[in-house]
Amino acid sequence: MPQVVRSGDYDLDLEELQIDAEGDRMTLSVGPHHPSTHGVLRVILEIEGERIVKAVPEIGFLHTGIEKQAEQLNWTQAITVIDRADYLAPLSNNLGYVLAVEKLLGVEVPPRARILRVLFTELQRIASHLVWLGTTGLDIGSQSVLMYCFDLRESILDLFEEAAGARLHPSFFRVGGLAQDIPEGFEELARRSLARVPERIREIRNILDENPIWIDRLKGVGSISAEQAIAWGVTGPNLRACGVPYDVRKAYPYAGYEEFDFAVPVGEHGDCYDRYIVRVEEILESYSICVQALARLPKGPVMVDDRKIARPPKHEVRQSMESLIHHFKLVSYGFDVPAGEVYQAIESPRGEIGFYVVSSGKNKPWRVRIRPPAFYNVFAMPVMMQGALLADMVAVIASVDPVFGEVDR
Amino acid sequence: MSGRRKYPQAYAGGAEALAHVRDEIVPALEAAFPGGVTPLVPSFDQPQVQVAPDRLAAVARWLKDRGFNMLVDVGGVDYLPRTPRYEVVYHLLALPQLWRLRLRVPVEEDELEVPTVSDLWPAAEAAEREVWDLFGIRFAGHPNLTRILMPDDWVGHPLRKDYPIQGPRASLPAFAAERNRYHAPKLPGDPPGTAGWPGGAKGGN
Repeated sequence: MPQVVRSGDYDLDLEELQIDAEGDRMTLSVGPHHPSTHGVLRVILEIEGERIVKAVPEIGFLHTGIEKQAEQLNWTQAITVIDRADYLAPLSNNLGYVLAVEKLLGVEVPPRARILRVLFTELQRIASHLVWLGTTGLDIGSQSVLMYCFDLRESILDLFEEAAGARLHPSFFRVGGLAQDIPEGFEELARRSLARVPERIREIRNILDENPIWIDRLKGVGSISAEQAIAWGVTGPNLRACGVPYDVRKAYPYAGYEEFDFAVPVGEHGDCYDRYIVRVEEILESYSICVQALARLPKGPVMVDDRKIARPPKHEVRQSMESLIHHFKLVSYGFDVPAGEVYQAIESPRGEIGFYVVSSGKNKPWRVRIRPPAFYNVFAMPVMMQGALLADMVAVIASVDPVFGEVDR
Repeated sequence: MSGRRKYPQAYAGGAEALAHVRDEIVPALEAAFPGGVTPLVPSFDQPQVQVAPDRLAAVARWLKDRGFNMLVDVGGVDYLPRTPRYEVVYHLLALPQLWRLRLRVPVEEDELEVPTVSDLWPAAEAAEREVWDLFGIRFAGHPNLTRILMPDDWVGHPLRKDYPIQGPRASLPAFAAERNRYHAPKLPGDPPGTAGWPGGAKGGN
């Protein structure tokens, strides 16, 4: 007779979850609607007093079939749905997908587009880490950090709005370059927004670094060893907090990252506090990359000069028959991509996001497999929670930085 | 505030590592498993091999022992008109050597089963559940092969190419007025009740 815990719409079969509900142990279901689960994560805990004996994450509450939808759209349209996978770092999703398709096409983007892509992706990394820092502060009990972080993030989102017209889902990158050039005066605006970053990070670190509550709640909590993290497929800041200096930007440089000078911050103990330090230092490294990108931004086009991939400029469409045909063809049909398969990994704010793109030679992707870093990070959380206090579960979930748009896709 | 600290050198040199896999590891792997492993042409510098499903467990063990300590990803692909119809794709990574290898395991439509690798890499546990959920490929020996993204009572495997984007009821009347909301036509394997229908247990579709 299977043991079943009744819980609203979904009953839990404890045998299937391999949870033992005998003795002093108690089974507790947290989420999916719990403010500390950062979205829609459900964790089924087996607790003994205040200690977590076993944790089983349950996902899938935000499944939107992004991979299925991408197969129905043409190569350019698919950018907009893939954008929505990791909704805190949509430009990282854009970059990985676009680079994968460009590899299949054999297209080289112009230098201005390449540098601008790096600039926008790193701005996105800062914005994403700021949301993480603010919400983690909120979970641990520091309300003001949220306001400091969202204020700074706001000025970065303003930059996206200025360049792409959208704040949260810019979908700014295209196969072959960018959707459009940055507007007049954008560089000055970007410099002004960026100038606020180091000062604001210093302020936040002044609040948190020496704060006894912050240290008590994070130091030594939720540790994971480097071997365990690698075995569970953990990547990104969570892996680097264990002291493994693996960063896709350095290991397999893409999009011209080899031209930039930046360090890869690592931690030592793999606990929540090291994850915090690694992310905060990463913000400063991203800031330095952005400043370098602005300093070396060349003039020139932002789209490849290939009429089979890039739409012709509007004034040409009005005068030349050929351009009109190209325009019509690209808008109504798109373009074909040579058959083949490619895996493109990039470093998103959450870790290695990979795009395994299969083309059958048509104008639609045959398969877009997104390797979601947060998916693997979520399933490593039970290792971090092992033996921790129930209250530390909140700190562990917050410090891992799961984004459920990406986990569930 | 401590200022910028000194960090150890980040792992670098992925291109040479991939060349090493292509020139050294793949030939050694092929020699160790004659007939079970077929090297494929590297796609964009990424070395890849085709592995027969019955040799996968042994090949995975061999690679794990030689340094591939991270399973980056497990994904499925459905090449519908082709036989074998499915393919399970494994991406392996070795840290700190930065070797990468892609294993492609063809799966026949009438024999939808490959051995699990979750005993070697625990990361595979969740990823294999997802492949089962979305493609219906079973993983022999998996400790808990249940649905992960779709609801537990879902029927069908959505990422298959013959699964309509509008859902399994795509061929049924499109307008609510044409449907009988109290006696909805049941598809084979449907749970009892009005789930998935306007006014039904879980709202409309």
